[in-house]
Amino acid sequence: MFADYSLAELGSIFVMQGFSGLILFSVYLLMALGLAIIFGQMGVINMAHGEFMILGAYVTYFTSQFFLNYLPPLFPGYFFLAMILAFIASGVLGMFIEWVMIRHLYKRPLDTLLATWGLSLILQQLYRSFFGAREVGVELPEWMMGSVAITDTIEVQINGLFVISLTLAITVAVALLMFKSRWGKQVRAVVQNRIMAGAVGINTEKVDRYTFALGCGIAGVAGSAFTMIGSTGPTAGQLYIVDTFLVVVFGGAASLLGTIASAFSISQAQSTLEFFLSGSMAKVLTLLSVVGILMLRPQGLFTLKVRR
Amino acid sequence: MENDKERGLESSLRRKLLMGMAAIPAMALMPKYAFGAGPATAEVNTTGLAVTDTEVTVGILHSITGTMAISETGSVQAEKLAIEQINAAGGVLGRKIKFIQEDGASDWPTFAEKSKKLLVNDKVAAVMGCWTSASRKAVLPVFEQYNGMLYYPTFYEGLEQSKNVIYTGQEATQQILAGLDWVSKEKKAKTYYLIGSDYIWPRTSMKIARKHIEGHLEGSEVVGEEFLPLGHTQFNSVINKIKLKKPDVIYCAVVGGSNVAFYKQLKAAGIDLSKQTLLTISVTEDEIDGIGGENIQGAYACMKYFQSLDNPNNKEFVTEFKKMWGEKTVIGDVTQAAYLGPFLWKLAVEKAGSFDVDKIAAASPDIEFTKAPEGYVKIHENHHLWSKARVGQVQPDGQFKVVFETAELIQPDPFPKGYQ
Repeated sequence: MFADYSLAELGSIFVMQGFSGLILFSVYLLMALGLAIIFGQMGVINMAHGEFMILGAYVTYFTSQFFLNYLPPLFPGYFFLAMILAFIASGVLGMFIEWVMIRHLYKRPLDTLLATWGLSLILQQLYRSFFGAREVGVELPEWMMGSVAITDTIEVQINGLFVISLTLAITVAVALLMFKSRWGKQVRAVVQNRIMAGAVGINTEKVDRYTFALGCGIAGVAGSAFTMIGSTGPTAGQLYIVDTFLVVVFGGAASLLGTIASAFSISQAQSTLEFFLSGSMAKVLTLLSVVGILMLRPQGLFTLKVRR
Repeated sequence: MENDKERGLESSLRRKLLMGMAAIPAMALMPKYAFGAGPATAEVNTTGLAVTDTEVTVGILHSITGTMAISETGSVQAEKLAIEQINAAGGVLGRKIKFIQEDGASDWPTFAEKSKKLLVNDKVAAVMGCWTSASRKAVLPVFEQYNGMLYYPTFYEGLEQSKNVIYTGQEATQQILAGLDWVSKEKKAKTYYLIGSDYIWPRTSMKIARKHIEGHLEGSEVVGEEFLPLGHTQFNSVINKIKLKKPDVIYCAVVGGSNVAFYKQLKAAGIDLSKQTLLTISVTEDEIDGIGGENIQGAYACMKYFQSLDNPNNKEFVTEFKKMWGEKTVIGDVTQAAYLGPFLWKLAVEKAGSFDVDKIAAASPDIEFTKAPEGYVKIHENHHLWSKARVGQVQPDGQFKVVFETAELIQPDPFPKGYQ
């Protein structure tokens, strides 16, 4: 399999594939971060995560349309506003859903699977009714397209760099929020012992609502970022949900660090295998190795040490 | 709600009608009804289909929910337009066409179940429907068992022929061979990179393409072949391979939403489709709507129909379609093929002088439809259409500019020798 390429080519293959893997890593991490917060911290199996992403994508689409039609000079910068709006839209919807549905189910985590699956079907149909069944294309400003050539064979894509830095920024922000802020401490306290947290005066209901909203908001931002690479349609969210759960479960549900490590290992394995084997085969092998590792470590790569 | 009421009313009518079957010979002698000026029902319907003196019922069976809804919406719109136009022109054998629409929900068992419902309970005279090969394969045994008639609009992999199906799209050879011949001659292409989604249609198509490239195009070779899971959105690795291999032609059968990711990432990776030749058999105006014209401009597609075709039939079709479904809608290859279905059925019924499925199937070969938006079509003995192959180049506005069309109609050949 290496014989087809010269040494110089092999070198650039590894650089390029490494970079592709890095982009894939960012994509996986963006998808999984919101879920890791909701699933990992709150124990809610949110099957509608993909639909929250797609809401972000639609918000981005409408923002781009608005700027194209009414504010063309500002178009190059619309994406930043779109991401903020996507965060707000998905976050607010998340807050609403938490209030209507999720808060009644905290004691029955498996039921959240069914309830949010129903929610995802409802949301898909709503998107179809409001935005139409056809996929919409989000127009990107010119500066986001194209690539930077480093050598003849090595090129770095600008939107790839953009996704990577966005992921980095969000991950750092979430980590700071969770581990440094007062609110983060409250979240972790509620996760570890809800009754005790309530007893020491933490408003657990409020904490739950904002945590859920934060997870959904991040999903919205992820969806907004994906308009650069993927398609936006009512059912597009379904494409991401399996991979997202894979990353979170593999990493160990309650651990943010685990999510990062698992996104990294899955994406690099996928990207390297993809080059030397076919795309479908790479996926099969990746899945098989994840299954194998989970059989040895059912709790995932990283987990909190808890007394049982 | 209203629909249900209508349907209830209609079925009670039908029940009355069936009960009154004995009276039919007498009815045949009665004066003609308001809509009908056609022959008596007893003569044209000997198999108990849903045909009355004034109405005939057909089925529309597509996915309006689920992942295929995006593609099949256009087909439904085209079929409804065709039915409305036929009705406005006096119907079929003096009878107004009514339709019952069922949702296959992108789920193949559901397709089979709904087709049985249409044929057994509703007794429809014909069904316009299906899109994926998987859904067609699921309904085929039902149509053969209950002797129904299906008008199937999608271009597909071939290797199939049934008395109960009229295939109004292209089979593989009508799309693949002509396109490859053109690109080999016009672009002096020698090296080809094949890329497709991982299921039956792209795989069979690529097999035929490879045979043709290696066996019939002199000095040409396939330098890479790649299949990616349906719905895949990460093409960076494949694109890296393409960059290293530098093929003369990227030959592409990626389907559905994956296309959006593929072309956006191609562009982002610096592959300029005005310099790198790319020929696709799976991107129509519908997909470009999602991809964005600026992301795919310069690419070529081999189809039999483009919205931009310059002929009087097509101009009228496009105008009427937009009048019914909105100025912003686009019309792709399959949408046009779906539009042909009701007309071909009408012509067959009129030629046979009967709604009976056996008679229609027998009458179908050699039927010509001169008002087809694609120009002109004729049904072959093997129930596929004679059609031209055309190559179009994507313009920034998302429309195709036709750069080539075959001089003659290509004879359909669902079982090509030497290509299997």
